[in-house]
Amino acid sequence: MISLTSPVETRAHGWPAGAKLAALCGATVVLFAQEGLGFHVVVFAACLLVYRLPGGQFFRAGVKGLFVLWPFIAVVLVWHLVIGAPVEGLVVVLRLLSAVALANLVTMTTRLSAMIEVVRWLGAPLRRLGVNTRALEIGIALVVRFTPTLADKGAQLAQSWLARSPRKPGWKIVMPFTVLAIDDAEHVAEALKARGGLNQ
Amino acid sequence: MERNLALVALFAALIAALGLIPKFTLGFGVPITAQSLGIMLCGTVLGSRRGAMAVLLFLLLLALGLPLLAGGRGGLGLFVSPSAGFLFGWPVAAFVTGFIVEKWRGGSLAMVAGIASVIGGILVLYVFGVAGLAITLKKSAYEAALLVAAFVPGDIVKAVLAGMITAALARARPQSVLSRG
Repeated sequence: MISLTSPVETRAHGWPAGAKLAALCGATVVLFAQEGLGFHVVVFAACLLVYRLPGGQFFRAGVKGLFVLWPFIAVVLVWHLVIGAPVEGLVVVLRLLSAVALANLVTMTTRLSAMIEVVRWLGAPLRRLGVNTRALEIGIALVVRFTPTLADKGAQLAQSWLARSPRKPGWKIVMPFTVLAIDDAEHVAEALKARGGLNQ
Repeated sequence: MERNLALVALFAALIAALGLIPKFTLGFGVPITAQSLGIMLCGTVLGSRRGAMAVLLFLLLLALGLPLLAGGRGGLGLFVSPSAGFLFGWPVAAFVTGFIVEKWRGGSLAMVAGIASVIGGILVLYVFGVAGLAITLKKSAYEAALLVAAFVPGDIVKAVLAGMITAALARARPQSVLSRG
C-alpha cells in the first residue's frame, strides 16, 4: 500500500522519526499557547519556506495537503469578519494551517517502516512487563495486507450490483461486504493458529 | 486470541476499504461516506472492547501515514485539524455502541443496534467532535455544534442502516456477531 511519505528525498527523511514526532508535539503545544498575529505569520511563512526548500513537487504536495482545510478557513474568516474580530480570525486560521502543515511535514518525510519502529519502541516497556505486543505488530501487517484486498472485493460487489440493476449500488452492498470481511477474518484466524499462533 | 485479532484487524481494514469505495447517495439525496457506518458496525458487531480496538488500530495506521480515510487522506495532520475531535471520538463511539448492544438483550437486534448507534455513534461522537472544533477554531461549544448540525440527519440514517445490517449479519453469520456472543 502506498503511504503518504513523499517520494522527493529530503534531508529530513534521514532524521530519527521519534525526534521528529517529539518536536512536532512541542511545536503544536507552542502554537496553541501563542496568540500574537506576528508570531503566527512568521511561523506559517517559515512552514511554507521549509516546504519550498526540497523543490516544486514537494511544495505542491504540501499545499495540496493544506487545501482540505478550506471549508474551515472560510467559515472562521467569515465568522470573525461578521463579529468584527478579523485579527483573531487570522490567528485561528494561521495557527490551524501551521499545525497541520508541520504534522503533514513529519508524515511526508518519515517512512512507514520508521513509524512502525517508533510504535515498537513505545511498546518496549510493555514487553518488559510481559505484555505480548506481537498481536499489535501482526494487526498492523494484517490491515496493510487486507485493505486493498477488501477494497477489490468491494469493487467487485459494486460491479455485480451494476450488472443486475439499473440503479447505482447503495447501502445494501455494505452487508455482503461485511460478511466478506468476517469470512476473511475466520480464514486468517485459522491460518494464524496453524502457524503456531501469537505466542511464538 | 487469534480469532479476536483477525476480526479486529479485518474490521479495521473494512473501515479503510469502506472509505475507498465511492460514497453513495441515499434516495432523498443525502450523500453518505460509508466509513462512519463502519465505525458503528465495529461496535454493533464486534462489541465494546474489540470494536474500540479495531477503530484504534485503524487510527494508528492513519497516524503512521497511510491514506486510509475517505478521499485518500491520512497522516498526522488529521489529528490537529478541526475534525480531529471526531477521530478521537471514534473509538469511544464504537465502545459505547458495542457496550449497549452487549448489555441490552431485550428487543430485536436491529432496534437495539440502531439505538446503540444513535447513542454511541452520534451523541457520544458529537461531544468529542464539537469539543475538537471548539478548541481548534476557538469557538464556543454552541457555535461549534451549529457547524456540524447539518450532518446529524445523515448520521441518523446511518444508525438505522447499522441496525439493519447488524441484524442481517446475525442471521448470515451468527457466530461472528461477537457483541451478542
